[in-house]
Amino acid sequence: MLEAISERFQKVFKALRGEGHLTEKHVDEALGEIRRALLAADVALPVVKEFTARVRERAVGEEVLSSLRPAHQVVKIVHEELTRLLGGEQKPLRLRGFPAPVLLVGLQGTGKTTTCAKLAVFIKNNLRKHVLLVPADCQRLAAREQLEQLGAQAGLPVLDTRGWSTPEEIARGALLEARRKGFEVLLFDTAGRLHVDDELMAELETLHGILKPSEVLFVADAMTGQDAVRSAEAFAARLPLTGVLLTKLDGDARGGAALSVVTVTGTPLRFAGVGERLGDLEPFHPDRMASRILGMGDMLTLIEKAQATVDAQRAEELERKLRKQGFDLEDLREQLRQLRSGGLMGQIMDLIPGAKALKGQQVDDRRLKRFEAIICSMTPRERRHPEIIKGSHRRRIARGAGTTVEEVNRLLRQYAEMRKLVKRAGSGDPRRMLRSLGM
Amino acid sequence: MELWERLRKGLGATRALFGERLMGEGGRVRVEALEEALLVADVGVETAEGIVRDFARASRSEVADAGGELAWLKARLRRLLSDDGTPPQRGMPHVVLVVGVNGTGKTTTVAKLAAAARAAGRSVVMVAADTFRAAAVEQLQSWGQRLGLEVVAHRQGADPAAVVFDALNAAKSRKLDEVIVDTAGRLHTKHNLMAELEKVRRVCGRAVTGAPQEVLLVLDATTGSNGLAQAREFREHAGVTGVVLTKLDGTAKGGVVLAVARELGVPVKWVGVGESVEDLLPFSADAFVEALLEPLQGESR
Repeated sequence: MLEAISERFQKVFKALRGEGHLTEKHVDEALGEIRRALLAADVALPVVKEFTARVRERAVGEEVLSSLRPAHQVVKIVHEELTRLLGGEQKPLRLRGFPAPVLLVGLQGTGKTTTCAKLAVFIKNNLRKHVLLVPADCQRLAAREQLEQLGAQAGLPVLDTRGWSTPEEIARGALLEARRKGFEVLLFDTAGRLHVDDELMAELETLHGILKPSEVLFVADAMTGQDAVRSAEAFAARLPLTGVLLTKLDGDARGGAALSVVTVTGTPLRFAGVGERLGDLEPFHPDRMASRILGMGDMLTLIEKAQATVDAQRAEELERKLRKQGFDLEDLREQLRQLRSGGLMGQIMDLIPGAKALKGQQVDDRRLKRFEAIICSMTPRERRHPEIIKGSHRRRIARGAGTTVEEVNRLLRQYAEMRKLVKRAGSGDPRRMLRSLGM
Repeated sequence: MELWERLRKGLGATRALFGERLMGEGGRVRVEALEEALLVADVGVETAEGIVRDFARASRSEVADAGGELAWLKARLRRLLSDDGTPPQRGMPHVVLVVGVNGTGKTTTVAKLAAAARAAGRSVVMVAADTFRAAAVEQLQSWGQRLGLEVVAHRQGADPAAVVFDALNAAKSRKLDEVIVDTAGRLHTKHNLMAELEKVRRVCGRAVTGAPQEVLLVLDATTGSNGLAQAREFREHAGVTGVVLTKLDGTAKGGVVLAVARELGVPVKWVGVGESVEDLLPFSADAFVEALLEPLQGESR
């Protein structure tokens, strides 16, 4: 799917490259692909329409028409607009009042309870405040026990709400408890609810009235599809949301819901949940999210990043060498180093036509590091003539790199595949081949 | 049925959102309208384009035979969703493994499935094999108490495969009819967790020949195109035999199951439409397709 989009993009850009100037027709053609990419990333259709219209307005006109690399200009505008929309007005958590109540709300199963504990850890560690976790989910079975166990894991106090049966009682009790014991922040885990459930939505309004929270955070699942606009809109209509928290970003969803939710609620994305451990909550990075949503569309940033990562001179050297004598393990090590320093491997690999074979297993920075260690454990001669590496060499190399022979074999296998790729690419324009290696 | 009424209401809102008539002149289906209806239902770009292509290519006589464009489309979608109808091999005990990503409603679905099995007069036990998430075991145990059904559980952090092995052996020796296993939610991209699921599956087969006879993937109706990736991975690692589409009582259509059916041939078996145990209904392709294409019914309704 992604590959398909990438190919289509490349086709469009090829067409655009041929022209010195950008016509309306060209912009529209590019925007057609961008529309498709956004939809494939699950951005809601009305949001896509609005967004592409806005980009079109910006793109068609002098800014683009007079620029030298019009195709890149369009992508850049798209990326900028996306980043701007996603970032909104970035502001730190506002924790005003004593205590400062924070309300977490959202649909069922978005990850409110886990996020609540993560946010508490974040506030404790980064803002150095006394946090009290308040389980206010009276709907789901064992929701309270879940928060209690997470609190115990994190070494954070959790209010015992067993004596109360409604969220209102819990809210009042929590305020009293916080004032008595000097908790500065109250984090409320509310029950997940459907936005069409009038009764439960009204309950949230009541809760908001009692607490007058300084932050009301909408917790949204990164895997949400088109429905994101409807649910977020409904929550925003009932509650003055102050921010959005996007969960499950450690999966492979492109996360277009982020754009939908931000657009309809008019509030910025504040945090991202990126794993199951309690430390897996990050401040939100609008530019990264924009790239993620665009997926392969974000050619420009990638090209720019890749160019910045690679030393131009060494690239030329490599190009000469490749043309003369092919690709040895020294070159691979060089590649690995440059790619790792940019943390770009995954993205670059996606960009390389035909590199999917190399991606058989997930390429991550840890593996790059291990591969580099393995190459470093070889003798210069082995690096230049990998074919001499036999069983005993492999055992020695593995010991030296602190890894296993299987891992050494895996590296050599991947190297062999890469060399094939280089040969194939090398039969054409060497510059294109270098680009295909991420340079 | 009330559920489908609610689905229609949700679609009405969608229609208002676009503020345009989706039906073309003379009762014909506009291609853009069709594409949009499919897209907003989360059918996904590729599948939507595929269906639109098929529609555009359909011959006039074919459409006429079906009884008009809309009827042709409905038939086409129903065919995509059709289950071959072969009931899963019955086992003794019959083992149902319930899998999915985090937060789709697995535990609630397990309770609903168990209640349905008991209502059908079968003896059933639930297995708390989500030993990872905090209080997941307690959650299933609370359901067990509420329903008066037995739950097999170890402590949190135990090996899920061990829990399943014990439960299956117990069920076998007590000649129970059905075992429903709740597994931990896991993102399909986490290799180690998917490997753990493979192990659970293997262990089922070791305890009871042919088990698990059913592996149900719980998909959240609000999920977008990622649902397809989920289904693909869970099918590969856990051998998914069917889908339970949950949270259909909101405004989401769950159109991604169309992509799942088209790409992977995995049928939908059940739909979840609420939080109480009765809120699990057998999937009806007819009703689902009606709700999906409702925006195309135009204003004649």
